[in-house]
Amino acid sequence: MNEVVRAVIIALGILIVMMTIAASLIWVERRALALWQDRYGPNRVGPFGLAQVLADMVKIFFKEDWIPKFADRKVFVVAPTIIIMTVLMSFAIIPYTREITLVDLNIGLLFFLGMSSLGVYSVVLGGWASNNKYSLLGTLRAAAQMVSYEVFMGLSLMGIVMITGSFSLVDIVEAQRKVWFFIPQIIGFFIFTVAGIAETHRLPFDLPEAESELISGFHSEYSGMKFGMFFVGEYLGITLISGMIVTLFFGGWLGPAFLPPVVWFLLKTFVFILFFVLLRASLPRPRYDQLMSYGWKFLLPLSLLNLIVTGAVLLFMK
Amino acid sequence: MTIVFYIAALVAVISTAMVITRLNAVHALLYMVVSLLSVAVIFFILGAAFVAALEVIVYAGAIMVLFVFVVMMLNLGPASAEQESRWLSPAGWIGPGILSAILIIELVYILFTNARQDILTQSVAPRQVGIALYGPYILGVELAAILLMAGIVGAYHLGRYKNVFLHRYLHKELQ
Repeated sequence: MNEVVRAVIIALGILIVMMTIAASLIWVERRALALWQDRYGPNRVGPFGLAQVLADMVKIFFKEDWIPKFADRKVFVVAPTIIIMTVLMSFAIIPYTREITLVDLNIGLLFFLGMSSLGVYSVVLGGWASNNKYSLLGTLRAAAQMVSYEVFMGLSLMGIVMITGSFSLVDIVEAQRKVWFFIPQIIGFFIFTVAGIAETHRLPFDLPEAESELISGFHSEYSGMKFGMFFVGEYLGITLISGMIVTLFFGGWLGPAFLPPVVWFLLKTFVFILFFVLLRASLPRPRYDQLMSYGWKFLLPLSLLNLIVTGAVLLFMK
Repeated sequence: MTIVFYIAALVAVISTAMVITRLNAVHALLYMVVSLLSVAVIFFILGAAFVAALEVIVYAGAIMVLFVFVVMMLNLGPASAEQESRWLSPAGWIGPGILSAILIIELVYILFTNARQDILTQSVAPRQVGIALYGPYILGVELAAILLMAGIVGAYHLGRYKNVFLHRYLHKELQ
């Protein structure tokens, strides 16, 4: 019984911390973007503009939550919840420290890939149920982009699985005691990061919601908290991908002993979250055909090559 | 665990029935996704965690997304729902109904004649699956690879010709 109580407390803790991080990322992103673009950003409400998060949340909760007459009601309502559910489910398998680990699945990595591939439905169904041409176009882009980049995402991680000999994330972190995996698997790290950006459809790969051509694409028709769920889902996705990059390539909770392990994990994750924001501040959007050919003609061969070389080196070392 | 098994099995059966009876193609596909996910849960309970993960990634996450993708592009309206409802007429149920009834009778017969076994909860690690696939079942893996290769070559053949569309201004410039 004690085990169950402990698991429930950890699960609730992860839920609260992750939702708080995702919500405060609204402020972090706007502030960091502004500083990199030589502006101030939201600095009026509260100290450093921190209360902007509260103001935004109050606003979004009181907005009219309108469902278009021409939309497919049930699917329209369900779609935004899918992204939140799949991303939050993925947080369950991340080892925050050796003690704070909710589940140590022996298929942990596959669970993450499965959840991220289910996340596609949120965007696809949202756009389809809106019954709007722009949304449908955004949805088509999103589906093609996410299904393609999932392939490389999976392949880029197989090098790590080969070195560790396990899909379990705890084993993967433990295997990085000597050297973090981003050194032997630098190509895998690069491909995973690019695929992660495409998977969360963040800039520069936010073609599904390109506001200049598609009027924010798949969530054109969404308003109020339903739009808010897509929004928070995106920030949760960023946090998840950053957490996964840290777990898989940067030693997870490992670090010098002067800080507790969980602080190391959060610090490293925050660095990658800021990296995502920096990408948004600095890179332009590619054309859609450039995005697809970059994936299939460059990243796929590269990830296969990475796989072959890693396998050959491992065989040679034996 | 037995209770979880029965719940997952019930969800699988109900959602599969919904797949057949839905008039809207996208709704039917969504129920199909739910059915696949519940089958994945059953695999997981039976100890085949690796198969469960692949079921989610490959079937629910990739193949069904492509199905939804295609159905979305077809832009099926109320007319197709009406057509579907005509296909679901009572007369159409007789043949499949008889065949399914025979199968159910067989299933019940087998269940009652064989000694009942409890659900095995022996877990199979991914490593064992890999060793089995690339050991005794290597021929099957190779055959599947050849089949997939044929599919890729077929797709390439169909998409070989690329029509070049130029903007009307570019046409004038080229002439």
